[in-house]
Amino acid sequence: MKNMRTQERIANGFIHSILGILSFVWILPIFWLVLISFRKEPGSYTSYILPKSYTFDNYIKLFTDTSLFNYPRWFLNTLIVAICTAAVSTILVLMTSYALSRLRFKMRKPMMNIALILGMFPGFMAMIAIYHILKSFGLTQTLFALVLVYSGGAAMGYYISKGFFDTIPKAIDESAMLDGANKNTIFWKITLPLSKPIVIYTILMSFMGPWMDFIFVSVIMKDNYQNYTVALGLYRMLSRENIFMYFTRFAAGAVLIAIPISILFIYMQKFYVSGITGGSTKG
Amino acid sequence: MVKKALTSIHDLFNKYIMCFIKGDLSTRLSGLIMGFGMFTRGQIIKGLAYLFFQITFILFMIIRGLDYIIGLQTLGTVGQTRIFDEVRGIYVVYPGDNSMLMLLFGVATIFVVISFFLVYLSNLKTCYANQVSINNGIRPRNFRQEIDFYLNEKYHVTILTIPVIGTFMFTILPLIFMILIAFTNFDKNHQPPGNLFTWVGFNNFKDALWNDPLKSTTFFGLLIWTLVWAVLATALNYILGMILALMINKKGIKLKKFWRTIFVITIAVPQFVSLLLMSQLLADQGTLNVILRQLGFVKDFFPFLSNGDVAKFTVIIVNLWVGVPYSMLITSGILMNIPVDLYESAKIDGANARVQFMKITLPYMLFVTGPYLITQFIGNINNFNVIYLLTGGGPLTLNYYQAGKTDLLVTWLYKLTVNEQNYSLASTIGIFIFLLSAFFSLLVYNKTSSAKKEDEFQ
Repeated sequence: MKNMRTQERIANGFIHSILGILSFVWILPIFWLVLISFRKEPGSYTSYILPKSYTFDNYIKLFTDTSLFNYPRWFLNTLIVAICTAAVSTILVLMTSYALSRLRFKMRKPMMNIALILGMFPGFMAMIAIYHILKSFGLTQTLFALVLVYSGGAAMGYYISKGFFDTIPKAIDESAMLDGANKNTIFWKITLPLSKPIVIYTILMSFMGPWMDFIFVSVIMKDNYQNYTVALGLYRMLSRENIFMYFTRFAAGAVLIAIPISILFIYMQKFYVSGITGGSTKG
Repeated sequence: MVKKALTSIHDLFNKYIMCFIKGDLSTRLSGLIMGFGMFTRGQIIKGLAYLFFQITFILFMIIRGLDYIIGLQTLGTVGQTRIFDEVRGIYVVYPGDNSMLMLLFGVATIFVVISFFLVYLSNLKTCYANQVSINNGIRPRNFRQEIDFYLNEKYHVTILTIPVIGTFMFTILPLIFMILIAFTNFDKNHQPPGNLFTWVGFNNFKDALWNDPLKSTTFFGLLIWTLVWAVLATALNYILGMILALMINKKGIKLKKFWRTIFVITIAVPQFVSLLLMSQLLADQGTLNVILRQLGFVKDFFPFLSNGDVAKFTVIIVNLWVGVPYSMLITSGILMNIPVDLYESAKIDGANARVQFMKITLPYMLFVTGPYLITQFIGNINNFNVIYLLTGGGPLTLNYYQAGKTDLLVTWLYKLTVNEQNYSLASTIGIFIFLLSAFFSLLVYNKTSSAKKEDEFQ
């Protein structure tokens, strides 16, 4: 018995050290990013590892030197787009998933199948076509176009919240119906208040999208630097002609958006997990 | 399947033809003037809406729509021309047909016609229903009742209209447009508005599969690498993520929350930041090579990203950095749900940790997370970020058409679109990617029953 306990203790010590090494490996690039953001010397490659001297300039210049890379403007752009996208796509997603989860109509199954099939096409296969659709409305290179692109097809992501709505007992709806409530009232006054976690999850997920995407923005904005979002702007800082001057500033800008997103993500990781696995554990 | 669809279409038409046969005069007239049977039976606003829709549609078709549909056949006949204006002494550009807009508007018009047809049928149905209910002595719904009806019995129509329109505009229409592009010769040399492009049938598919040696070598080379990548990336991430989760959740391990948070942070850093950083770190002159040089392991540099075979290895390893925390998060919840008594009885039978993992944990996990695995697999086939940001598909090779050794089909598609403007080939590749995903989804979908049990569960 004693022998087993020491064995157990050795095993645990072993696992602790593996976890220690792994977390070191995993955290290293991020730590390195933070280091670069404080590095005084410019350039993407250095012949040494630790910076020779440290400075806050990279952060300060990000907000003061806006001649070529207007970071504060981009930050504001992204914030506006993200808020509008979150509002519009959350409503679209929740309405769609409520209808597909709670209401029964002839087109329900076909619609779900169509969504499934559409989801199998690579996402940005359609981006050129979207660009021309927006252009025929005269909307390209505007923030409004970005909101449309990010939230227009949002309904396709109904799956996770539908899974959540599926778990709310139907008896609640039925008793409300006996009290004379119609479907509209049930949706807004009963189902939504019961689904706070998934509402928050949907809001945050769609809020985070515009901070991460640089492909659709680059197609829609082309060379309109003023309307760039943070992601595309930062991406442009690493282009061949800018990387030497702006690499450290890129790191600073990246740290500034990584912090809020990390906080959001840590906060909502449990929704994330139950959302992903929700569909499968029921099987 | 096809037979079922045909009979349902047949039934549909029968139903509407019945509306004509059994309908009275005003029902029949509403086949000509939409909403007529609603005016005569007191549904003024609804009738007006239908009539308005009909008039707009007819005007649109006369002014534009017919031309758009006719234009679809040729995609334009008159190219852009430059004619010397002798009076002013300059070349004047006369715009010709714009094949791309003709295709886009043509497709959109077809959908307008389809939706008109559906509204037309619903018009007939409503008018006939009005007639029947009046014969039975019930007044048709007035406007207020109509609104109530759409907030209750027909709530799905109310609630789905905007999402459907949005999906249609930004997903379906663009996709159909791009699918059609795959059957044209829309590339660098056929670029509107300067030049026309036209239908070429299956030429692009033939080029990609056998006709054009360079393109087909590229296609099959990238296809194989895409599959190898997707299998390795999915399997390794899954297993290592599960092992990590097992280690963190093991009894007696301290600071569980701390370990988990560290790994979650790496998910939360946007991929374009972490991966671009990694590509700098792993470059020939990058920091990792500096370290290796200082330690004396390499003389000059180790080609992490600049040698094709090494780069393939590197992207898989870096993808572990990206993906293992995800699968750790996903699997740890499920791992805790495995019934404990399974392990206890195994222990009594003398199974050691390895046997327990192989005989209990892994089969259970594979059973529960099957659908998740397949979505991961398809996600990896389409894993644009890791490849594009890390290697950019490089190192480039002359054996491939506009692609590098680590390019996946998706990143090739992207490059063909953005750098090459070879839209027709890009769309063809997109269709192949779709077929690939669809094939694997179907394979698994047939084996899971969760979709069918949906109603029982509630």
